[in-house]
Amino acid sequence: MAATIPHAGRPVDRRGILIELGGTALVVFALTVSLVGFHIKDISGGIALDLRFVDVASAVAIAIVVRGWLILMRHGHHRVVAASAAAVAAVLVVSLLFGGAGVQPWLPFKAQLLQWLLAVLSAGFAIGSAVRMARERRPVLSGAGAAQDGAQDGAAPDEQAALMDRVSAQVQRNALWIGAVLFLAAAAFPFMPGVNLQYLDIAVLVLTYIMLGWGLNIVVGLAGLLDLGYVAFYAVGAYSFALFASPDSPLLQDLGWTEGVSFWLCLPFAGLMAALAGVALGFPVLRLRGDYLAIVTLGFGEMIRVTLLNFYSLTKGPDGISNIPPPSLLGYSTQSKMDEETLENTTEFHTAMGWEFDQADTTILLYFVILAMALATNFFTVRVRKLPVGRAWEALREDEIACRSLGINPTNTKLTAFGFGAMFGGFAGSFFATRQTFVSPESFTFIESAVILAIVVLGGFGSQIGVVVAAFLLIGLPEIFRELQEYRMLFFGGSMVLIMLWRPAGLLAHREPTIRMHGRRARASTGSGG
Amino acid sequence: MTAPERMELPGDTAVNGSTGNGNAGGAPLLTVEHLTMRFGGLVAIDDVSFRAEDRKITAIIGPNGAGKTTVFNCLTGFYKPTVGRLTLQREGRAPAYLERMEGFRIAGEARVARTFQNIRLFPKMTLLENLVVAQHNKLMRASGYTVRGLFGFGYGREEQKAVEQARYWLEQIGLVDRADDDADSLPYGDQRRLEIARAMCTEPVLLCLDEPAAGLNPRESADLNALLTFIRNEHRIGILLIEHDMSVVMQISDHIVVLDYGRKISDGDPEFVRQDPAVIRAYLGEEEEEDLPDIVRQDLSADDAGGAGAPS
Repeated sequence: MAATIPHAGRPVDRRGILIELGGTALVVFALTVSLVGFHIKDISGGIALDLRFVDVASAVAIAIVVRGWLILMRHGHHRVVAASAAAVAAVLVVSLLFGGAGVQPWLPFKAQLLQWLLAVLSAGFAIGSAVRMARERRPVLSGAGAAQDGAQDGAAPDEQAALMDRVSAQVQRNALWIGAVLFLAAAAFPFMPGVNLQYLDIAVLVLTYIMLGWGLNIVVGLAGLLDLGYVAFYAVGAYSFALFASPDSPLLQDLGWTEGVSFWLCLPFAGLMAALAGVALGFPVLRLRGDYLAIVTLGFGEMIRVTLLNFYSLTKGPDGISNIPPPSLLGYSTQSKMDEETLENTTEFHTAMGWEFDQADTTILLYFVILAMALATNFFTVRVRKLPVGRAWEALREDEIACRSLGINPTNTKLTAFGFGAMFGGFAGSFFATRQTFVSPESFTFIESAVILAIVVLGGFGSQIGVVVAAFLLIGLPEIFRELQEYRMLFFGGSMVLIMLWRPAGLLAHREPTIRMHGRRARASTGSGG
Repeated sequence: MTAPERMELPGDTAVNGSTGNGNAGGAPLLTVEHLTMRFGGLVAIDDVSFRAEDRKITAIIGPNGAGKTTVFNCLTGFYKPTVGRLTLQREGRAPAYLERMEGFRIAGEARVARTFQNIRLFPKMTLLENLVVAQHNKLMRASGYTVRGLFGFGYGREEQKAVEQARYWLEQIGLVDRADDDADSLPYGDQRRLEIARAMCTEPVLLCLDEPAAGLNPRESADLNALLTFIRNEHRIGILLIEHDMSVVMQISDHIVVLDYGRKISDGDPEFVRQDPAVIRAYLGEEEEEDLPDIVRQDLSADDAGGAGAPS
């Protein structure tokens, strides 16, 4: 790459730069004009079209400026970039802090968070180019010398990648400690000052996705079976649970039961049903690999959803099953007695303890239930990796033909991977049902599968902590930034593109061996040597 | 069947261990009878019969496209033969008919292990893991099919044994120091030897090696010879070998089977095969004909008539 880029002092290809800038502007315009330019708004009595061409123009202008900075940095004009980016950042920050309502019309976007992000972006450019400037002043001093001098710009991304590789290797190696710290933080989270119901709800949501990610990680990360229909098992779990837990379920009414079955009985049942669904899907797709497998699993996900939508006598179709109770505790109900006749003769936990009913307490209970379930999933995965079946999954991912030549039964091995992955999806589905108190086919669309898969891929295939980080990035942040409305999806997509460009194997892609002969220290020393 | 049969095989009904064939001594471990494999109209193997003996190295050689790897794929269950019987006879056990078994059972139950022409290691797993995965079935039983292992009862000792077994083989191939490195970080020659070690970790009675010396330099070839001789002498198993490298074949084989265009053209000990005119013709071409004695020339023309009719 370095060879094609002219450095400072050489003649600059003005036409090329203009084409690059124009191309950027065109792409950004084409993307934003439909996504941002036309906005359909709900007004009383109908909808109206809101034209926001100012925003489109701002986006194009920002893209041109940012691209310009990148070009300047590529040509070695770090000083110009540092100065202008710092100026932009300073102007934005000052006007945001002290400008008040007066300057608002002059700033590019209406949402304040966006303007802050813009300021952060400019500041990032200023700092980045300043660092480059400092580095260029002492090129010969830093070891390698002349050979690296010419390829400096090309080498920088590699250095970053190597840094991230080291970070992920360290994270994987110290997974036990990091896991312990994360666990303590998670256990203390509901009782921290400043944690309100909203944050607790987001935490429950993030944990649900962490659990789903860990479950899917068994199938995709360990066994290497690309599953685009994971939401099907989530749905099977949720409906198996709802059908027995909710007093409103058609199944219980047919059976003549007036009360739902306890959460703690329905949960293993739902997991079992989902595991059976996983094995049922596994059979027909045993011979398929890669893209073909992905397409069939995608179809399976849709089949389950359409079945739920149309099997009205069992699932109530699009009406869904409502009135699913929260988990009971030590045999007591944790619901408040409101208008539910069926609850008349039950004792609630808060009454038994002599507490006032508080919605936050129920949420805290849910939080700990999902935390325990997610940890159980994690425990299973960590443990099973060190067992023959887990190693066989990984070996199957690496080379199926070699597995057969070693006497490993590929059928059983794949089916167990599908079954276990689906089982944890089913557990998560039960939790989803009890948390939402309502299930309908709408919750189990393809986009859910895609998000869960994105968590696994972004985290780094097979990486447990990677899934946690990715779930925070993909689920936590968009929830926290709800203020940004539809822009957050734009950021979601944008950041996914960036991460895939930067770390195509996932954020924390580093595989730690399941068994060692020489212990860790020996490896660290040989690793640094070679 | 116009081609002259140079070696009489036992009839296709019973496996008769006492039939001598010039290099008697080991019991017949594998008996291949009338093996034929057709892919549509293409006859890849045409009525090939041979035997591989216990504690002997049997080499299958032949020019490119002779059907050597297809024989291997039939033996190890990757192909189902069109016709033929593949009998594996182990001492004190009922014979196993490989043509009826699923691939993974051939490796797990009949104990036929193989390596591949293009190395098939688990590249992103460590050397040790590669060797431990090879002991899957044993460990699976020890872990109570995962249920018991999940809670850690009684599995650790078995795993330790598996590691010791892996260490033994790593010592034999001289890679103990690199046990915790990824398999794809090894140089090519080491990967070849690791694949053999992995196959040996399944505790086979017959080891099938598909061109183990391909791409090795002379020193690595010599190491390989030593390793194979060691396996034959110390572990007392049969080895079936596909090889192009004549320095390997002639030095270590006890018995050589030569294939050309899917047919067996020669079968015997290295000295016999080396001087067999049919083999010379297959490898060196027709020019040699002028120097050959009359009997051989007649022999070859008969062979030609048979050979031309076989494919397609």
